[in-house]
Amino acid sequence: MYGKGMRPLAIGTFFVLTGAFALVFFWVPADADQGFIQKIFYLHVPMAIVALGGFIAGGVMAICHLRTGNSKWDLRSYVSIHMALVLAVGALITGSIWARAAWGHWWVWDEPTLVSFLIVFLLYATYQPLRFAIEDPEKQARYASVFAITAGAFVPLNFLAVRMAQSLAHPRVLGATGGSMPSEMRITFYVSLIGMALLFITLWKYEMASKHTTAQLRNLRRRLLGDDSVAPTGRSAAPSTVLPARPKP
Amino acid sequence: MNAVRALLRKDLLLELRAKESVPAMALFSLTTFVIFHFALDRNTVAGSLASGVLWVTLLFAAILGINRLFVAEREQGGFDAFMLAPVDRTAMLIAKACALFIFLTIVELIAVPAFAFLLLEGSILPALPGLIAVLVLANIGIAVIGTLSSAIAVQTRARDLIAPLVALPLLVPLLIASARATQPLLLSGGALSVPTKWIAVLGLYDLVFALLSYAVFDFLLEE
Repeated sequence: MYGKGMRPLAIGTFFVLTGAFALVFFWVPADADQGFIQKIFYLHVPMAIVALGGFIAGGVMAICHLRTGNSKWDLRSYVSIHMALVLAVGALITGSIWARAAWGHWWVWDEPTLVSFLIVFLLYATYQPLRFAIEDPEKQARYASVFAITAGAFVPLNFLAVRMAQSLAHPRVLGATGGSMPSEMRITFYVSLIGMALLFITLWKYEMASKHTTAQLRNLRRRLLGDDSVAPTGRSAAPSTVLPARPKP
Repeated sequence: MNAVRALLRKDLLLELRAKESVPAMALFSLTTFVIFHFALDRNTVAGSLASGVLWVTLLFAAILGINRLFVAEREQGGFDAFMLAPVDRTAMLIAKACALFIFLTIVELIAVPAFAFLLLEGSILPALPGLIAVLVLANIGIAVIGTLSSAIAVQTRARDLIAPLVALPLLVPLLIASARATQPLLLSGGALSVPTKWIAVLGLYDLVFALLSYAVFDFLLEE
């Protein structure tokens, strides 16, 4: 059911991302100050924005889970946060590389966006250990949702607080989508952002489809070959997608 | 309101008789001051260093209390008993947050004078009114966030690990605001006034997290 529309989506993602990289390397002018290294901007910033969007989307899906009590929403929220975490690692690494090239240090404490991103990442890094540490699947889903909502609300708050702590001393020179950007840069940036968002959606659908298919396979196996044929699922951080065993007739 | 009062009374009575959290937290903060003295190799601290030492100590002392907050409920069936009672579940949140707030206040009544005595350069008296305002606001925030993260972590296998990991990132904005607000108070040349901006941030952060905890807490107690 999540596999529907996968192929056009994947193809579309491939073309938009390839197009974005073509624009980055062949069309957009190099930055006057930083030269070639500034092009990492078109990878780093979309990754960071999509990761934060994924965290917040996970929080919204968690609200749906608590409101409806449908465990599908928990799975969606889990996959969304999982994918966002992967992108967040990418954003931290590319950001560090860019900081090294542009400012000469691997890590810069007076860049508020970088620091708040790290704090948000540290918080979400607890998401999987938290899930793993709760054995009862129903309880695990509920607690994970509460965590996802709290953390989702924390994302904007944290950015606000960290920016306030530093904005007086350090004006934002590298404003991401500032009006001072030439139009070629802005267009390239938007194309990269759309490409990254599409990549996120594709990966999200892909993991959902994979989890769903595995669960269906298990259930079919169990119906055909009996309860003993499926190995019991071990403790896991991922939400359980296996339907409850059918009562024997 | 009666339920809150009963729960709070039970928590305070339990603490008074068993003395599980507060003495440990107070002793921990004293030891941490001694450790800071040797780690920094300084006899006195002032300004941003003093504010940092004070807040790191108080925050980690608070983590001790946060870890213990729901343990008795879980191990001795307090949750089950509470779920059987026909009262609003938010009562548990309010009572626990109040209990943690009181614990923190008692710890600070010991830790802050000890800090002034052991480490602070100059007198703490001119800073006191501003410091009390910051401490009260920060305590509210720590109490609310601590109760929420403790409630999330208490059902896990490794609750002593999960609770600080959840609570500390959530407390970072609070720490930023408290440390910045305390900094000008502890300057060696005498206290400046408290920056109102950071007081406002603290108050706002407390309010947002109080509302957030109120909204999600019910789901942590469902069986």
